[in-house]
Amino acid sequence: MSLLQKYPDEVAAILARYPADNKRSAVMPLLYLAQRAENYVPAAAIDEVAVLCEIAPTQVASIVGFYTLYYDKQAGRHRIQICTDLPCALRGADEFAAAVCAHLGVEMGGTTADGKVTVEGVMCLAACDRAPMFQVQNGAGLTFHENQTLESVKALVAKLQTE
Amino acid sequence: MIEHVVLRHRLPGLENINQLAAYQASGGFDAYRTVVTSMTPQAVIDLIKASGLRGRGGAGFPTGVKWSFLSNRFPRYVVANSDESEPGTFKDREIMERNPFQFLEGLMIASYAAQASTAYNYLRGEFWELAARLDAQIAELHAAGLLGKNVLGTQYSLAVHNHLGAGAYICGEESALLESIEGKLGQPRLKPPFPADRGLYGQPTVVNNTETLANIPPIVARGAQWYRTLGTESSPGTKVMCLSGHVANAGNYEVPFGITFRELIYGLAGGIRGGRALKAILPSGASAPILAATDKVLDTRLTYEDVAALGSQLGSASIILMDETVDMSWVAMKTTHFFKHESCGKCTPCREGTYWMTHILDRVQAGGVQAADLALLSDVTQQIGGKCLCPLGDFATSAVVSSLKLFPADYEQHVAVAAAVPAKPAARAKVAQPVS
Ligand SMILES: Cc1cc2nc3c(=O)[nH]c(=O)nc-3n(C[C@H](O)[C@H](O)[C@H](O)COP(=O)(O)O)c2cc1C
Ligand code: SF4
Ligand code: FES
Repeated sequence: MSLLQKYPDEVAAILARYPADNKRSAVMPLLYLAQRAENYVPAAAIDEVAVLCEIAPTQVASIVGFYTLYYDKQAGRHRIQICTDLPCALRGADEFAAAVCAHLGVEMGGTTADGKVTVEGVMCLAACDRAPMFQVQNGAGLTFHENQTLESVKALVAKLQTE
Repeated sequence: MIEHVVLRHRLPGLENINQLAAYQASGGFDAYRTVVTSMTPQAVIDLIKASGLRGRGGAGFPTGVKWSFLSNRFPRYVVANSDESEPGTFKDREIMERNPFQFLEGLMIASYAAQASTAYNYLRGEFWELAARLDAQIAELHAAGLLGKNVLGTQYSLAVHNHLGAGAYICGEESALLESIEGKLGQPRLKPPFPADRGLYGQPTVVNNTETLANIPPIVARGAQWYRTLGTESSPGTKVMCLSGHVANAGNYEVPFGITFRELIYGLAGGIRGGRALKAILPSGASAPILAATDKVLDTRLTYEDVAALGSQLGSASIILMDETVDMSWVAMKTTHFFKHESCGKCTPCREGTYWMTHILDRVQAGGVQAADLALLSDVTQQIGGKCLCPLGDFATSAVVSSLKLFPADYEQHVAVAAAVPAKPAARAKVAQPVS
């Protein structure tokens, strides 16, 4: 089903935010919409977004490639993205990230066997005063989890894996 | 008692100003009403000029002066820069979460001054939850007649839209940000032309940081003279300082420009965790040179000029503190990985140089490094410095160059150990564990 069929009101609202002769501006919000169902942008959606934005499919694909929050491949249903940038690392984020990976039995960047959770290390998320912290990205969007402990992550993962 | 201009939600009785009714009850939108119903755009620009307000996004450029550069073409746009991606920065987020209407009011006043009828707020993609709340708050302003056609019964019309980025630090650079709103790769443009002449869709555009905009309603409400009673002559007002790393109480501190590092760190933020000694300070996130925590540095006033005189930058005041246990070659490795990841790839020195620097610095950490490698590292920084299209290239070298200069022993320890026991990784100071 196309984006227009699935989310007609949202597509219209997105296009209305930009000047009628600059539809290309809608590419980023439309890609978030395209990613909603499966947490990655399927090839068919690239073509449809290109038509909606009046640009070439390769231009849409290059946007997916450039910006880190879009994906062209499927990974875990939930991406746990742990900040390991300098300020968080000064407060133990690297050790925290290693402990989370060990708990899940995956390498950094890996996905659990049930396909539910991928763990990734990411750059500063503007929450450095509340390290260790991570965000969870899935099709529905992004949520922040701050002042975390291994225990709180375990509880969260258990919840995500039963969903 | 420190004056709260931007973080007003921290004042007793104002905790709920993230709700429109409470914000209005505290005088919110009076400034906007005054501006739209009784001031000319030029008068607003003159007022902001007189206040001496300087941009809080990093460069400290005078805001009113920037507005006066707009070319005489229409339509014009105003864009709020809420990309906030510098490591160690988390102030715009607190402003938008806890005092969102003051930020929006500032954006709306700026739009009136620029005679723009459309404004965009560009948020980093990670601020997803925040953007959803701001969408709802903007809808409330429409319902209240403060946004939309014929605002408050005047001829003025204004729409505000949020635009979410998708994880690219470079989109904080204003021209890359505009490219991104246009639906393109976030890569900086050659300047000139500047956004005031050719910005969004080629039209005259004002780009201001979130915190800059949040300063505007109080300036309109209380006057330029009042504003100048805060801070210093050349850096008026207050600044939200983001403290992170090995500080006892990490967080945002709104203080008048001109208090010293020492007053901020030891007076307000509880000093260094565990009572350890402070070794070094990154005053502007990953982007500006490291400062050794000497008495001279600690007694330096926090203003754009004073920190620049030390050979670094105040920037957006993302102050990262590092105690005596930290190996500064490890810090350089961390910042360099950040910039390698965030280089937009448009110019070769930045794209390739950050790649080579991470390679060498990773080897330093692994202990397999020789003196010649450090010379090569230094050489690579010179191949990048001053040779790039946008400031990110220079940013990428600053922690490397300054740590090599100020803390050579932190590098040499890896060389020495590597030479003596080639098979074993060098011992290095371990990064402190989090306190629970
Ligand atoms: C690499 C780079 C990243 C930047 N990131 C930000 C940012 O996240 N937020 C911001 O407000 N300004 C950022 N800036 C500065 C903007 O280009 C611009 O100067 C600023 O938004 C202007 O607003 P102001 O005058 O209110 O400070 C960045 C600049 C560079 C070169
Ligand atoms: S200096 Fe780096 S980030 Fe800036 S334009 Fe060149 S490649 Fe892009
Ligand atoms: S360094 Fe982790 S949120 Fe800033």
